Amino acid sequence: MTDTEIREYIGQAINENEVMLFMKGTPEQPACGFSLRTSGALNALGVHYAALDVLPDPRIRSELSELSGWPTIPQLFIGGELVGGCDIVIEMYETGELAGKLGVEMPEEPEEAPPAAGADMPAQQGPIALENRLE
Amino acid sequence: MPSTQDLQQRLVSALPGAKVTVEDLTGGGDHFRAEVVSERFAGLSRIEQHQLVYGVFGDEVGGAIHALSIKTSTP
Repeated sequence: MTDTEIREYIGQAINENEVMLFMKGTPEQPACGFSLRTSGALNALGVHYAALDVLPDPRIRSELSELSGWPTIPQLFIGGELVGGCDIVIEMYETGELAGKLGVEMPEEPEEAPPAAGADMPAQQGPIALENRLE
Repeated sequence: MPSTQDLQQRLVSALPGAKVTVEDLTGGGDHFRAEVVSERFAGLSRIEQHQLVYGVFGDEVGGAIHALSIKTSTP
């Protein structure tokens, strides 16, 4: 893939997926603690989201950061807009702001840290296709 | 390798008057957490506040500074 194709693909992923997470690893197997916590927050809210692993090609990360103006991974986009990285997502999860933005209910015990990706994951639709296409 | 003191000083000089606490999360000199309290954040969204902090370090974030966890607030 050329750099331009990667950039277009990223832009398309952000525009076409209401909840789009760029992370290291996958929701099933996060490769970094920050990515784990961020996907864990989404999993805890039970929302469907698309996830793209940035690790297979370093250009994914550089093109993404160029596009978003955000230097680190993970990056969460909702409705085509950058919401933030791990710190912001976790803070918004804890205050209930993230649930509100996503139009879902907070889990019953919001004071607990979001669980890591695991058996209770909602079925994922987007991520698999996304991951395979960039590898 | 950057130290917590380097990061702290650079944040304070970029954001005069800010109260800055930096910790090295792993002891390895590449995963940091910065808590920054600054009047400069007034009126900015959380994203803009974090971008302001990331901006102080430019390309080093993701490079020498592998990870920078940020907490921002106004006094």
